[in-house]
Amino acid sequence: MIRFLLRRTVTMVLTLVAVSALVFIIINLPPGNYVSNQIAEMRSSGEAAGVERAAALIKEHSLDRPLWEQYLIWIGAAPGPAGFNGLLQGNLGWSFELARPVAEVVGETAGLTVIVNLAALMFVYLVALPLGTIAAVRANSWIDYIASLIGYIGLATPNFLLALIMLFYGARYFDIPIGGLMAREYEGEPMGWDKFLSILTHLIVPTIVIGTSAAAAVMRRLRANLMDELNKPYVETAKAKGVPPVTRVVRYPLRMALNPFVADIGNLAPQLVSGSVMISVVMSLPTLGPILLQSLRSQDIFMSGFVLLFVSGLTLLGMLISDILLAVLDPRIRLAGREGA
Amino acid sequence: MEHYVAPDRGHDADLDRQALDRADLDAPTRVLVWRRFRRHRLGVLCLIILALGYAILPFVEILSPYNPNDFDENNIYAPPQGLYLFHEGAYVGLHTYPTATVYDMETGLVKRVTDRSDPLPVPVLTTCGEPYHLFGFIEGRFRVICPPEDGELFLIGSDRLGRDMFSRMVHGARLSMTVGLIGVVVSFTIGLILGGLAGYFGGWCDAAVSRAIEIFRSLPELPIWLALSAAVPVNWGPVSVFVMISIILGLLDWPGLARAVRSKFLALREEDYVRAAELMGAKPSRIIWRHMMPNFMSHLIASASLSIPAMILGETALSFLGLGLRPPAVSWGMMLNDALNLSAVEIYPWLLMPMVPVIFAVLAFSFVGDALRDALDPYS
Repeated sequence: MIRFLLRRTVTMVLTLVAVSALVFIIINLPPGNYVSNQIAEMRSSGEAAGVERAAALIKEHSLDRPLWEQYLIWIGAAPGPAGFNGLLQGNLGWSFELARPVAEVVGETAGLTVIVNLAALMFVYLVALPLGTIAAVRANSWIDYIASLIGYIGLATPNFLLALIMLFYGARYFDIPIGGLMAREYEGEPMGWDKFLSILTHLIVPTIVIGTSAAAAVMRRLRANLMDELNKPYVETAKAKGVPPVTRVVRYPLRMALNPFVADIGNLAPQLVSGSVMISVVMSLPTLGPILLQSLRSQDIFMSGFVLLFVSGLTLLGMLISDILLAVLDPRIRLAGREGA
Repeated sequence: MEHYVAPDRGHDADLDRQALDRADLDAPTRVLVWRRFRRHRLGVLCLIILALGYAILPFVEILSPYNPNDFDENNIYAPPQGLYLFHEGAYVGLHTYPTATVYDMETGLVKRVTDRSDPLPVPVLTTCGEPYHLFGFIEGRFRVICPPEDGELFLIGSDRLGRDMFSRMVHGARLSMTVGLIGVVVSFTIGLILGGLAGYFGGWCDAAVSRAIEIFRSLPELPIWLALSAAVPVNWGPVSVFVMISIILGLLDWPGLARAVRSKFLALREEDYVRAAELMGAKPSRIIWRHMMPNFMSHLIASASLSIPAMILGETALSFLGLGLRPPAVSWGMMLNDALNLSAVEIYPWLLMPMVPVIFAVLAFSFVGDALRDALDPYS
């Protein structure tokens, strides 16, 4: 088991390194960056003093070096002007646009991003497990049709639209607050019960919206798997021996069908993270989504680079967790891993 | 004692068709596939809808009452107008009612009021409005439906510049429906080449491709799409931006396909007929294209068709966030960009109309893809 864990973790770290290189290439694709754009702007308006300051910024963040050197300096594997000082050393870089360290900007929001994604994941499983099971047991009944109808709607509606509609009707009929993370009056207040409740009610809509399409997909897969399992002879034997209906489903078939269910966490992670970025922009949630969009627009490369790396890391972590859970739940996978090692 | 007769279960045509001793069991594969596909009523219906949808794409100019970028500063946020046949119980032909702008003293808002007393006849199948260029070079003014003589025709309302939402939606179909096709071609090409290389040659090639698949699969799609489309130069024309966005959408989609191709190759490589072809001195390219590809091509097409909806949604999301297509191009996502303003949506709910075709297109592609996959699956 420990060897399995170790192997998985090492793979994940290597993947993360590859992803970081990829991310760095992507954010440097557009010609120029925030500082060089500033310089061009100041040149055209004739501000000589500003140009010098910006040129110093370029030197300080070694933006004049070749791309591969910039990358190594960024992750902290090569010495920059201030020595080894990159991601590996805990320095997340400098946001040119906000003129603050990236760590400071991200620190306020990264936690919330994780919370929103976790909440969405919980929602997916809480909804998909019972609905998928019922849909399989009562296949082709009205409850199955309603479940698949909801599933298809979740599949086909772009989730930002779902957000808009839910905000619209939620605010009108259920008094669910619109946008933001908490009611205005709690901003800047110390954490208390009321503030906590306010945050909780504000998280309802984003969680449902982010989770719906994923829940639909998981539900459909669970239904298919469980139906395969229910058709097997051992279920019939159990029925013949008089095992009560609920036990008959839950004891063995559901456990068998649960395996792909757990493996899905890995597939869901990228989807949920994508969704949360989108939804945060629509609903003005203070997560990494709006920051990413803004920094991409202004070519604030260290900012967007770190956010991209962070969300990719989040999905990788999700995959790692699903692998580990799967190994814990299913000895066959664990043993196969040992043989392969 | 009554004689027992087994109840008549009726004759099941579907079951009969699958019976083992059927004479036409050796019919060509495509006949068998088509027969199985036809059993999915929903799939067939959606296929017809999609075919019709694509068939009208070249002729959208004729179908829409206005050109997509015609703006009208006097009719900003005009509400949807209905089409009617009967006025006060009497048949007067196809007509609509004019709306007028009224200033509401209480709320301080501009309101549109429909005047029900005066029917305006709507001309059909005539020439009207600004000229358009069919296929880019045939100039014409002929339209299926035209705005009334001295009035407007906003079937589903107008937007913040007074542009007709219906015309824009019909025009938007052109880009929104093709973006997925181009994207799929891109992802299909990459997936086929990389998956094929990995599966056929194995060794370090396989290891490298498998790693790449794992890395790309773990990337969260939307943020990467955003980053890539932010890199599309600002000074590009609408057409190049459109092609670029389609390619970007396809760039992250190939890992699933490549994995399927790879596993198929690995399985087929051990088959006797492949070994035989190898021993007879066939080149790898011939073995791949003539012997292995026909075996799983249909499966690939089915699974690729299932990723079109994701790309349509992707384009919508990107354009919605303002990083996708750019004006003067028109797409459903760009129209929804107006809906980002929640207060506008509350007053002018018809701004959300473009989501209807999005949902229909996505559902239709999903159903056709599902039906196709079932039809091609020999184990069902």
